[in-house]
Amino acid sequence: MKKTNMEITEKYLSSLSFATLERRADGMLSVTVPKENLYEVAKFLRHECAEKYNFLFDLVGTDSDNKLGVIYYLSQSAQPEQMLALKTFTADREKPELFSVQDLWDSASVYEREVYDFFGIRFINHPDMRRIFLRADWNGFPLRKDYNADPAVNPVPEKSELISDMERMPSITLKMGERKEETSYVFEKDDYVVNFGPQHPAMHGVLHLRVALDGEIIKKIDPVFGYIHRGIEKMCEAYTYPQMLHLTDRLDYLSGTMNRHALCLCCENALQLEVSERAHYIRTIFDELTRIASHLLGWGCMCMDMGSITAFVYGMRDREKIMDIFEETAGGRLMANYATIGGVARDIHPNFQRRVKELIPYIRKMLKEHHMLFSNNPIARGRMAGIGFLSKEKAISLGATGPSGRASGWHNDLRKISPYAAYGKVNFDEVLRSEGLTYDRYVIRLDEIEQSLRIIEQLIDNIPEGAYAAKTKAVIKLPEGEFFQRVENARGQFGVHITSKGDKTPYRVKFRSPSLTLVGALKAIATESKVADLIMLGASLDYVIPCIDR
Amino acid sequence: MFSSLTQWIDSFLLRYMGENWALFVEFLLIGVSIMVAYAVLALILILVERKICAYFQCRLGPNRVGPWGLFQTAADMIKIVLKELIRINRADHFLFRLASFIVIVGSVCTFGALPFAKGLQVIDFNIGVFYLLAISSLGVVGILLAGWSSNSKYTMIGAMRSGAQLISYELSCGMSLLCIVVLSGTMQLSEIVEMQRDSWFIFQGHVPAVIAFIIYLIAGHAETNRGPFDLPEAESELTAGYHTEYSGIQFGFFYLAEYMNMFIIAAIAATMFLGGWQPLHISGWDTFNQVMDCIPSAIWFLGKTGFCIFLALWVRWSFPRLRIDQLLRLEWKILMPICLVNILLMALLVALRG
Repeated sequence: MKKTNMEITEKYLSSLSFATLERRADGMLSVTVPKENLYEVAKFLRHECAEKYNFLFDLVGTDSDNKLGVIYYLSQSAQPEQMLALKTFTADREKPELFSVQDLWDSASVYEREVYDFFGIRFINHPDMRRIFLRADWNGFPLRKDYNADPAVNPVPEKSELISDMERMPSITLKMGERKEETSYVFEKDDYVVNFGPQHPAMHGVLHLRVALDGEIIKKIDPVFGYIHRGIEKMCEAYTYPQMLHLTDRLDYLSGTMNRHALCLCCENALQLEVSERAHYIRTIFDELTRIASHLLGWGCMCMDMGSITAFVYGMRDREKIMDIFEETAGGRLMANYATIGGVARDIHPNFQRRVKELIPYIRKMLKEHHMLFSNNPIARGRMAGIGFLSKEKAISLGATGPSGRASGWHNDLRKISPYAAYGKVNFDEVLRSEGLTYDRYVIRLDEIEQSLRIIEQLIDNIPEGAYAAKTKAVIKLPEGEFFQRVENARGQFGVHITSKGDKTPYRVKFRSPSLTLVGALKAIATESKVADLIMLGASLDYVIPCIDR
Repeated sequence: MFSSLTQWIDSFLLRYMGENWALFVEFLLIGVSIMVAYAVLALILILVERKICAYFQCRLGPNRVGPWGLFQTAADMIKIVLKELIRINRADHFLFRLASFIVIVGSVCTFGALPFAKGLQVIDFNIGVFYLLAISSLGVVGILLAGWSSNSKYTMIGAMRSGAQLISYELSCGMSLLCIVVLSGTMQLSEIVEMQRDSWFIFQGHVPAVIAFIIYLIAGHAETNRGPFDLPEAESELTAGYHTEYSGIQFGFFYLAEYMNMFIIAAIAATMFLGGWQPLHISGWDTFNQVMDCIPSAIWFLGKTGFCIFLALWVRWSFPRLRIDQLLRLEWKILMPICLVNILLMALLVALRG
């Protein structure tokens, strides 16, 4: 039955005279449509086809064959394993314009700003065409292949950006055949705007939230990104594949192991490299340990944002044990730098299994304590009760994956949907909750720690013998084509897209950050709530800023 | 012991100078000793809090400066005195500077009226309780001024919250003390302490006194702006609330006042409910009472105060912060009505006793 739905969609798409269908090297169906028809096809896929593609996974801007374009990665909540790549191009390099799909998927509104920032493609009917990561006065679009990287073009600015420049939103509208270029402003003139960040004790990094307040109540939130934008995707284009691995750890530093795993898997699939079972097992255990560490920190941070500093210290204390285990085997702590293309960097330390087995009962005991100290605390329950509602539909539309989406009842755990590494061999539950409130997002992390412990328990004694890494060529060159891989990191679905031209460096790399869409979710859930809850709601979504800015 | 010391100083001074001069010198001495006691106690308290908090959090706390980190806060104080006082653009400088002094003056004046031990009390008003309540609420003016004059949105929100919070909780604070005033029939602190010679008010007053004590601890804790009632400075949203823009010793004043207010609240609780510097007496157990009498009264006072401070620290390091609507609901819908009923109960109790 499921298959047929996909076939119907495929049949419809192939019936379109303007659409070209192809199977990519990684097996994904790719549809290329002219830019004039893009909106119509997108609308069909979103609303009308048999299985609605209600989840816009990512937008990848491209610049190949002298044409600027966008790849829309679409997925659905009913058949989450299905993915579709929708492509469109424009030959106009001077004033490239495409139709916006931000009214179909909420997540598109930030993704399109990102494409504009890096490729200069402007989206018609998008109300907010500001640059997202770079400053408004930046010259050129850095991911275009004809970009001039001369420092003279963009000298280091000596003055800070005017706050009024951050508020000006240019837009192009095309309604009833009438084209208008307009400028609007984020806030009204006499709004009481408070800046939270980029330097703020509770911002967990350098996110800048501009918040319009009415007394204690939040009227509007405008996140400003880019304070820790390092141009990782641009850097990747100059790096070889093994070099690129090190950048992935620095995206979402709390789930570095998983991000690295995604890139390794992507390259291995492209190279059709056989990875040993041993490496898969070790990687899975490392992923889960990282997830536990990340959730413990996320839990602690959320408690701290509610004013309970002791809980934060407890979270850090327990996480420390995991860091010690990492240090012994991998050498690195927060960034283990462990997975490599073909396996892992070195074999596990002789103490590894023993220490992990000691850790499991310890964390279980501490989880009980955490529930006692905080989850059942009347003040904490009172703070979390009834606020921050995120409906399932909204979560899907916003692309709020991971624990935050699962707290709203959206089945989106990639470990279950398309098991990679050793996840297919273990029994565990995908924790789903239905309410979508702050407390659900809070408690789901503690419950996921329990599931991660279960996974580790099943694997730790059964690590098969064998090579820990497959032999690779000295210089790794991916075959020509487009490759895609997604994994479940601690915050949600992390995706890697690589366009290769067969060189030792990639042509285009795009990382899908789960955190970026979570900030969109914050905008949705925090409006109309109290300012005291803003930071806590942010912590309940548990975004990591370097992953947003990349 | 202390009265003989003061009498000796008095007669010593009178031998060398006129009565007015002697009084002047005595005032000066008292002022200096209060300031010194204030500062030293605050430093000790900061160290104690940091140590206790560290043990709550499975850490060691300060342990590098001096044995067991004993000189840590002294070093911190030297650092804070040496730090630059930053001039804020477009702030109201007069009010900005004034605010920290108002806060500390309110706190020192309250501190001065406490009966520390037998005979060790600076001023003994016949309206002592009233004086404590009045002068301690001076601090809120300083906080509001600090928030207003800093020309910052964080401080403004912090000050507004603090205004709402302090004024609300002052009511419960006052009313729970009023309970004891009803019971004792006096507002003079020395008399209140004297009346607890045989049995502390928390035992004498039965249920209403216990209720009043608990409410006083909650409301008093809220008065000190410390977690879970630290909304005015709510670090996670307002960076540091009303004192965000302060630096150096001016910030130090706010910090000292915060710690000393904690001490003052605990000391008032000890005086009003736990017998002040009176030792624990149980009627009938004469030997026990005599042993208790051997412990100096200052130790009794500090011990009881320390107990109340420990309760406050325990609460602070265990609970998350309330939200402003929850905070005000707690006061106006829960504590206030209970307080009112409680005073009535106490009045009934006193009336029945005759």
